[in-house]
Amino acid sequence: MPRVRVLVTLKPTLLDAQGRTVQEALHALGYGNVNQVRIGKVIEMDIADEGQSVQAQVKEMCDRLLANPVTELYEIEVLE
Amino acid sequence: MRFGVVVFPGSNCDADAYYAIRDVLQQPVEYILHQDNDLHGVDCVILPGGFSYGDYLRCGAIARFSPVMQAVEEFARQGGLVIGICNGFQILCEAHLLPGALVRNEGLRFVCKHVYLRVENTDTPFTNQCRQGEVLCIPIAHGEGRYVCDRETLQELQANNQIIFRYCDSTGALTRESNPNGSLANIAGIANERFNVMGMMPHPERACEAMLGSEDGLKIFQSIVHSALAVAR
Repeated sequence: MPRVRVLVTLKPTLLDAQGRTVQEALHALGYGNVNQVRIGKVIEMDIADEGQSVQAQVKEMCDRLLANPVTELYEIEVLE
Repeated sequence: MRFGVVVFPGSNCDADAYYAIRDVLQQPVEYILHQDNDLHGVDCVILPGGFSYGDYLRCGAIARFSPVMQAVEEFARQGGLVIGICNGFQILCEAHLLPGALVRNEGLRFVCKHVYLRVENTDTPFTNQCRQGEVLCIPIAHGEGRYVCDRETLQELQANNQIIFRYCDSTGALTRESNPNGSLANIAGIANERFNVMGMMPHPERACEAMLGSEDGLKIFQSIVHSALAVAR
């Protein structure tokens, strides 16, 4: 049964307020060489093989529910 | 004019909206549950504020697929009046009934306070009882209310006068300081191209009685009733 990992991130053109705040916190801890911190989400799932392409099925899930095409990008990784 | 207030798991402004319509506006109103497949024949649907489905995944992302939303989408396609307040606005964007999206506030904080809104278009079923450029005082209460959309969408919204409310100062000036969440172009509320669907982050149902600090929100509900009367004539 394939295990799939979906990585959802904010589009680079959008201000990631959360990423910016974490970056400032890292700077405050002395890690001054850190830049461009971006925060996203990871969604993992098992998918029973029913003959159709797992990649295509997960892409459809991303477009319909898992990501918002207005603000987010996604990457699909089939783990095993 | 019959109103319906949709109740999702996690809605928390449904009773406020119900009260504002029944007790202040004095119009018939009923609750419509999220698993209902029809809208009980109401004339206007209110999607209230709250945290539907715990705001899991993204605000409004799960509510959008509840059975009642299929009925709301069909109702909107037929020209029915739909107003989404706060979480209701987020749901309308997720359902693609309105363009764009609402993301985390620029300052990262949940902001709960009265703000000023400038009425940008009075030729709509939601604002016909306001004056062009009128400044309304209505509270906001949200953590994810920063309106964003791509450049072409913004141009279309501006060209079609679909921006209904913008955050402003008490004199009506659109300033950076008066924008509580970093919304694009100070946008607080927009309508679709047909002007039968409107979403706004501020809470008009919390501003319907002087005792609560402002009655300005009532003008929005009075506009909806007025538009129905105009159609009936």
